[in-house]
This record gives sequence, structure tokens and C-alpha cells, in this order.
Amino acid sequence: MSLEVDEVKKIAKLACLNVAEDDIQSYASNLSNILDLVEQMNAVDTAGVTPMSHPIEAVQRLREDIVTDFNRRDEFQAIAPLTEDGLYLVPKVIE
Amino acid sequence: MSMYHTRSVTELSAMLQAGEVSSVELTRYFLDRINNNDDKLNSFITVSEEMALSQAKACDEKLKAGNAPALTGVPVAHKDIFCTHGVKTSCGSKMLDNFISPYDATVVKNMREAGVVMLGKTNMDEFAMGSSNETSYYGPVKNPWNLDTVPGGSSGGSAAAVSARLAPAATGTDTGGSIRQPAAFCGITGLKPTYGRVSRFGMVAFASSLDQAGPMGQSASDCALLLNAMAGFDEKDSTCIEKDVPDYSADLDKPLNGLRIGLPKEYFTHSDGGMNAEVETVIKTALELYRSMGAELVEIELPNSSLSVPVYYVVAPAECSANLSRFDGVRYGYRCENPKDLNDLYTRSRGEGFGAEVQRRIMVGTYALSSGYYDAYYLKAQQLRHLISDDFKKAYQQVDVIMAPATPETAFNLGAKSDDPVAMYLSDIYTIAVNLAGIPAMSIPVGFANSNSGKSMPVGMQIMGNYFKEAKLLNVAHMYQQQTDWHTRLPEEFKA
Repeated sequence: MSLEVDEVKKIAKLACLNVAEDDIQSYASNLSNILDLVEQMNAVDTAGVTPMSHPIEAVQRLREDIVTDFNRRDEFQAIAPLTEDGLYLVPKVIE
Repeated sequence: MSMYHTRSVTELSAMLQAGEVSSVELTRYFLDRINNNDDKLNSFITVSEEMALSQAKACDEKLKAGNAPALTGVPVAHKDIFCTHGVKTSCGSKMLDNFISPYDATVVKNMREAGVVMLGKTNMDEFAMGSSNETSYYGPVKNPWNLDTVPGGSSGGSAAAVSARLAPAATGTDTGGSIRQPAAFCGITGLKPTYGRVSRFGMVAFASSLDQAGPMGQSASDCALLLNAMAGFDEKDSTCIEKDVPDYSADLDKPLNGLRIGLPKEYFTHSDGGMNAEVETVIKTALELYRSMGAELVEIELPNSSLSVPVYYVVAPAECSANLSRFDGVRYGYRCENPKDLNDLYTRSRGEGFGAEVQRRIMVGTYALSSGYYDAYYLKAQQLRHLISDDFKKAYQQVDVIMAPATPETAFNLGAKSDDPVAMYLSDIYTIAVNLAGIPAMSIPVGFANSNSGKSMPVGMQIMGNYFKEAKLLNVAHMYQQQTDWHTRLPEEFKA
């Protein structure tokens, strides 16, 4: 399995990662090696095997839809990069 | 000066209860040890001195008042993956270098309620992705037994800190071996509990179906005390299991007569990536001791175990790519300078905030989950995971525990594998299947071998158990530690 430079660029775009042009080639070679390792999975026929979704086959619990925590906006926004009047600020999206 | 660092948590706890030492005295002792020694190891990212001393003071009052829980006043270090209210929680990443957690992880809360004093936060591979602690934004941790070698990872800071006794015990997390492999490399005792036994709430998520927190300590009896405090049901973690927590210290001394120990033939091989011959000699000596204690050794098969590493490198990156999508440079964590638009904000914050290994895994996961590839990768991996887990279920019909080396070789030199991700991944070949199946497993020190760095280094033996059989594992480990002194040995440089 060998990934081309263009494929790596596409994957980086999907993953929202800005990868420097100089690094693309080394990522392509590393990722290809990892996918080669992963290819070993194909040695086993898994037709009809149920995929495992939880290690001990437990079902996810549901809880009542009720308020369990109080408003801590100021505390949570104190660690945000940029806020104003209780809002998170990002670059302008709509002109 | 009392040598408190040569005392186990079990001993320190008794001394505190008897009023032979105060928690403030003990806490100051270990803070001094960290200050005087950690420049050699780099095992701590944050030392929370002020908070530790104020917690210790409160513990002393509780001890005086009487009826304080067993761990009251014992200083412990937390891996920097656990959120700690008011204290930086970096997860070893530039992305969270400025993150002061607004809440506590359940593990941290449970342990504080049990009376534990937090010394600080230990170094780790970035987002727990690594097997050598070299991917940390804060620089690599050194192995106390030989400063040219790695401590293992990802809980390398916790392992090194306990090994050098800069802390009497520490917490760790294990997604593919991140407690057991560093425990083995640093000559300490580490336990990864059954998936769902310990709450994951407030533990920065890497691969949610594999991550599990556990204790790293000097001995099985110490780990039992710590697990008593850590384990338990938590409504805030939807995968946490609602099951009573036994007293893990209760059965430690049970005799091992008639214990059936399974030895997987796939693990005892010298073929490519298999066990080093010197490591094998040490492991076989330990197995012989078990035989002399009344255990029976049985050869078993885990036929799909060779697929563990490939399966893991689909499941873990896929889940990591989803979990790490929350780091967007908007709500918390790193934000790039002068973003020109929203997309630039996202991609540059992530590109600059994450290190190379984290980016590699996010990309592998993104690829595996991308349109048209899901069946070939993630679905296939989850099917194989079922087969791997069925192998264990079959084995536990024949045997009580399974033993094998924790790692194929002893600690390797810094830099030896850092340019070759696949070689690094294969260093976890013996630990990964346990996480895929969700079973509990330990690593205990069983001797020394000269397999890699040209110096005699600790060898860890892995003991794997059936679901929720932590008490059995601790009993099996403890009985060995009653007959041997490997777990009490200290690296030369940190003896005094």
C-alpha cells in the first residue's frame, strides 16, 4: 500500500491539519508503512464475524434528560483563546 | 533523615495512621526529592507544591481526628492525562500547554476523597501516543536505571517517577500497553484493569474503546490499595460498568496451590520481533518459581494474537481522529497567530498544536474512516477484535491466568526507534491484545537482562486475567513478591 503525495494532502485536508509542504513526502512514506502493517489483517477471512463494539458487550446506558450541572460559562470561557460578552470569537465567516 | 522513599505505600499509610510521620513531612520529603532529582529524569511536567502542602495539612487534621481512610496523607503523582481542577493538564501536548482544567477527573476526585495528596503531574507521550515518552512536547523522560534509555510510554513519567521513588506511587493509563510497558522498562508494578472498571471521565480521550486508567506502584499490595480508591461506577462515563468494587487487598495472601497458568505459545517465540533470549531466561526462572509455589504451567494457544498490532493501528487511530477533532482552537487549547479565516484557524491551530506522531495517527484514522474505506479497515478490525477476544475466552476455560513477557526486549536507547513508527509500534506486541479484548493485566518486575542498551535492565512479566479478575492478578503477583525482592530494588543513582 503506497500513498501518493496528493492522497496525503487530501487526508490532511479532511483531518483539518495544515501540513507543511516539506513534510508531505515523509508523511506519505510513514503512512504507507503503517498501512502496510495494517494490510496483514487481510490474511484472515472474517466473513460472518460480528464486529465487536464494546469489549465486554455492555450496552450504553441512557440517563434522564435533566439538568445535572449549573452554569459555569465564565469559568469555561476563562480558558478560551478569545471571547467577548460570553461569546467565542472566530474570524469573520459571513461577509 | 528518614529514608521515606524506601517505604511502600502500604508502609507509609501505616506510619501515617500511627502518627509516626505527618503528611506534611512526607509530602515535603517527596517534593524535595523531585526538586533534587528530576532534572535528570524530566518525569514531571508540573509540580503542584503549594496545593500538595495544603492538601497534606488537611490530611493531617483528618488523621488526628481519627477514622481517616487508608490512603490519607499518602503523596501520589498523576499522569498529566487526568484533568485536575486549577492545575495545568497538558496531556504532553503543545495543544494543551495553556490548559488549566476547570474540573477534576473522576479518578482524581476518587483518590482525593480517599485521602491521597497530589504531588504533581507526570510527563507522558503526547496524547498518550507513543511507547517511549519521546513524543512529549516537554521532552523525553529518561529511564532511572540507565539515563541513555527510554522509560517506555506512554505513562513514562509515572513509571520513571515511581522507579526513582520521586513519588511512592502514580496513576497511569493504558490504551495499548501504556501502563505495563513502562512499568516493565522501569522495574515497577503496574495494573491495567478491565475496560470499564475505572471511570474515564476527565481522562483526555485517545481511543475510547481501549483507554483504561490504573495504578503504577512499587508492589502488587500497593496497587491493590490504589485500585481500591480508583475503581468504581461513575454515571459520567457511559461505558463504566455498574459492578461492586471488591476489596482488592483482601485476597493478596491466598496460596497459589493448583493455580493454572497458561503460556501462549505465540508469545514464547524468537521469530521476527519475538522475545529476546535473555528476557526469556528471566521469564522462565519466574515461571519456575510459580511452579515451586504449587502452580501448574499449561501451554495454550492465542492463534489470532499476531493480528493485534495491525488491528490496533486501525482501531486506535480511527477513534483518535474522532476524539481529537474537538481541538479546534476556539474553545480551549492552542490557537495559531493571526488566522486569516476560519479554516486557517482550524488547520493551523491543529497543524502547529499537534506533534508529528499525533498527526500521523489522526491521518491514518481519517483515512481508515473515509468514504469507501470503512469496511476494509474499521469494520474488518472490529471483526478481528472479536476473534482475538474469543481466543482469550477459550483460554480462560482452561487456565486461571496467562503469563508472558510484557515486552520482547528491555528498555531501548533514546532515539533508537523514533524515526521508525512501525518499529516503535511493534515494541507493544505483547500488550496490545489485552486492550483489544478489554481484559485486565499487570506487569511485575522479575529480574534483569542485558538485552539492548549494554547495561542490565529490568524485565517485566505480564500476568493477564479474565474480566474483572483484578483481585486474582494482584494475589498472583503479590505471592511472587513475597518470595522475591526485585520489586524493592532501586536504581543506583536514586538510592540515597
